[in-house]
Amino acid sequence: MSIEFKLNGSRTELEQPPQTALLWVLRGHLELTGTKFGCGSGLCGACTVHLDGQPMRACITPISAVAGKSVTTIEGLSKDQSHPLQKAWIETQVPQCGYCQSGQIMQAAALLESNKNPSREEIVAYMNGNICRCGTYLRIIRAIKIAATELNEG
Amino acid sequence: MIKPDTPVNHQSTLSRRRFIAGTSGLTFMISIGGFLSDNRASATETPASNKSRGANITVWVKINSEGMITILNPSAEMGQGSMTALAVLIAEEMDADWSKVRVEQSPIDPKIYGRPGWGGRGYHMITVGSMTVRGYFMPLRQAGAKARYVLLKNAAMNWKVPLTELKTEPGMVIHRPTNRRMSYGEIASFAKTVKDIPEIPEMSLKRPGEFRLIGKFVPRIDIPEKVDGSALYSMDVIVPNMLYATILRTPVNGNRPMSFNEKEIRSMSGIQKIVPLEHGVGILGKRYEDLLLAKRSLKVNWSQGASAEIFDSEKILEGYAKVASSRKKRGHVLAQKGDADSALQKAHRTYSADYLSDHVYHAQMEPLNAIVAVNPAGDGAEIWAGTQSPTGAIKEVAQLLGTSPRKIKLHPCFLGGGFGRRSMSDYIVEAAELSKAVRKPVKLIWSREDDLQYGAFRPMCLQRLDAGVDADGNLIAWKHSIIGDGRRLLSSGAKTPYYDIPNQHIEIIGLNHGVRLKHWRAVGHGFTKFAIESFIDEIAVSEGVDPYQFHRQVMRNSPRALKVLETAADLAGWGRTPSDGHAFGISFAERSGSMAACVAEVSLEKSSGKIRVHRIWSSLDAGIVVQPDNAVAQMESAIIYGLSSVLSERVTFKDGKVQQSNFHNYRVMRMADAPEEIHVKIIDSNESPTGIGETGLPITGGAVANAVAALSGIRLRHLPFTPERVKKALES
Repeated sequence: MSIEFKLNGSRTELEQPPQTALLWVLRGHLELTGTKFGCGSGLCGACTVHLDGQPMRACITPISAVAGKSVTTIEGLSKDQSHPLQKAWIETQVPQCGYCQSGQIMQAAALLESNKNPSREEIVAYMNGNICRCGTYLRIIRAIKIAATELNEG
Repeated sequence: MIKPDTPVNHQSTLSRRRFIAGTSGLTFMISIGGFLSDNRASATETPASNKSRGANITVWVKINSEGMITILNPSAEMGQGSMTALAVLIAEEMDADWSKVRVEQSPIDPKIYGRPGWGGRGYHMITVGSMTVRGYFMPLRQAGAKARYVLLKNAAMNWKVPLTELKTEPGMVIHRPTNRRMSYGEIASFAKTVKDIPEIPEMSLKRPGEFRLIGKFVPRIDIPEKVDGSALYSMDVIVPNMLYATILRTPVNGNRPMSFNEKEIRSMSGIQKIVPLEHGVGILGKRYEDLLLAKRSLKVNWSQGASAEIFDSEKILEGYAKVASSRKKRGHVLAQKGDADSALQKAHRTYSADYLSDHVYHAQMEPLNAIVAVNPAGDGAEIWAGTQSPTGAIKEVAQLLGTSPRKIKLHPCFLGGGFGRRSMSDYIVEAAELSKAVRKPVKLIWSREDDLQYGAFRPMCLQRLDAGVDADGNLIAWKHSIIGDGRRLLSSGAKTPYYDIPNQHIEIIGLNHGVRLKHWRAVGHGFTKFAIESFIDEIAVSEGVDPYQFHRQVMRNSPRALKVLETAADLAGWGRTPSDGHAFGISFAERSGSMAACVAEVSLEKSSGKIRVHRIWSSLDAGIVVQPDNAVAQMESAIIYGLSSVLSERVTFKDGKVQQSNFHNYRVMRMADAPEEIHVKIIDSNESPTGIGETGLPITGGAVANAVAALSGIRLRHLPFTPERVKKALES
């Protein structure tokens, strides 16, 4: 099946069986490996991308579901680590092993798109589907607050 | 395209969106031997790396004419931050300008790049046991001082002045009498190799007061590339012409595939090769997603008779109490002091309790995976993997191929978590077996289900503790028996040299269930310290003594431990009344040479049995702390990892089969269950560094159990404290 969609702002067209998970298309065929495989069942959030601005687990999203839509991955969030969340992530020294962090940042970016000034409770509720086994949760919360402040002041 | 023999280059300035090995013939490493170490031989002529241009100052350091300094990292970076900490050690003593430092992975050659082993035996490149910074602390500072010596010597020759008239400032050599200055970059442009670098004795190194980098905030080098998806894990490596692979492994450890529906699987779309293995069946093809479908259709008849077949973990754990009571079973003695049995008989009051703990799983976020390319002749291989044990992986793959380790080249990648699981090389050897069968590069990816169900777990156990106090309430007798499978995995943390108890007997009663077990973060300390700290608390409360004061009394002859405990208690404000429905619990532990203590504030939802940990106040004595902010991060990490295991994690077996499969039924801590606050106080010290990455973990079990006891009177004695167990305890 030929599928056309927008990927990080560019028109993309490819041949794939319709049930193929977006994750394997991104990682294996388009070689965008920033989006991670963690559980394959939508349970951990490591593969979070945006589909028309909404956070989506790429491991359980069939490629057919993105036809005609716009997909943003961590590679498309900014060109130079300049997204307020990326800057706040560095400032707060969030990542440890780092494997879940693309998904964490994409989930947080979707949160700030819909809620410019989330409370702690709102952050926790929105981020709860993203597992970090290194336990960087408290720094993630701090970094989201810092990024929100920058967004609101900027 | 990056050529396959290029070392993986970790640095913040280079963004690697992709890492794709070149097509033009995979090269097979001959050897990086032949070079001599500045530590272990007198010469220093070794390229720091083939890739970065510039002068080789020593085996560890290379400087180019712009003054960019490349420092080699010999350890695995799995989130613990040692690739930055080790570079800091070298940079500190060579007086490097940190803004010009980049870090590259060192070759895998323990003779040059290893740290001294336990008891001074050999040199090792295995990243385990929180050994890295403490093991490299002295050797790498000396290596940094030697690099500085080479720079000074070259400047002295160039200026034709005595070396003694020179000093350094970050990135700069200065001639004191004339105040002439020369940057490290300028020196590198003409630097000659210096033979016979003198050994730099410890007393010639900087004093702690002179440190510019050690003990200061230095941002981690790996963090920028971990916020834009460019950090390279082996999961991200793509090698031309590679096949993906998956393996269906035996659900019961020790059984073998007898037959399977090969014809059906072979006819499925995208399946290129099926490879039977000793413990499973491998399926290979160009697209990983095709393999997942085929694996679902694969039907295997497994052999029978493995000893693990009768393993029902819950039933067997219940039976451990009988083993503990059986006089026939003599344990292996771990520690013995005085006469615990007769002291117990003479004691004014005695206490006894059994503590249980279930198996737990590493659950590192990056499922196991490796890329191995066995060469056409079958006598060499190239490996891309995140591993804690690169030398172990090389040795095992060489054994498999019947070849020399010199013909195996390993490219270390970032580890998406290790926690002990990646010190085993099983996943790398599997990929090598598959690549050997097809003579093509093979990328083997374990699914999350594979990773969990063919896991290697922290063993379950029962711990029986007996103690006696004299008429004045002094602890005079202590017996600790640990029953379970796992030998040294069980003994870790059982000894308590910081507690002054005159009569002690600590032993293990070993069993064998035939299941896969392995080191897990802090090894056995997670459960042994839970039992010890809970028991101390139980005794204190029964004796009518405040648990903190009781602790202080028992550790009165260990000033370092006492200070750690008091620091955590002060930080928490021990003694104050908690808010309604909350309670505090205190706990202390040592791990990897360091000491930590914490106070936990918890509440309990009686209707569901759910424990909530609100706040943790912790203290850490780890000697000189090279990276203080990272040490705090490691404490936060180990505390959350620990709390996760204390509150919800458990692997159970039925008929030898793991019952859990993914994150829906193996529950790791999520953000909503993390404490709202974790406070960490690092104690100032000028002692040599000790381990940090695991030290926050063993303190969690006791602190939570003791807080729950303070809140409800219920003693939770079985890890994890799942809501079901807590509810049951509340109802009984």
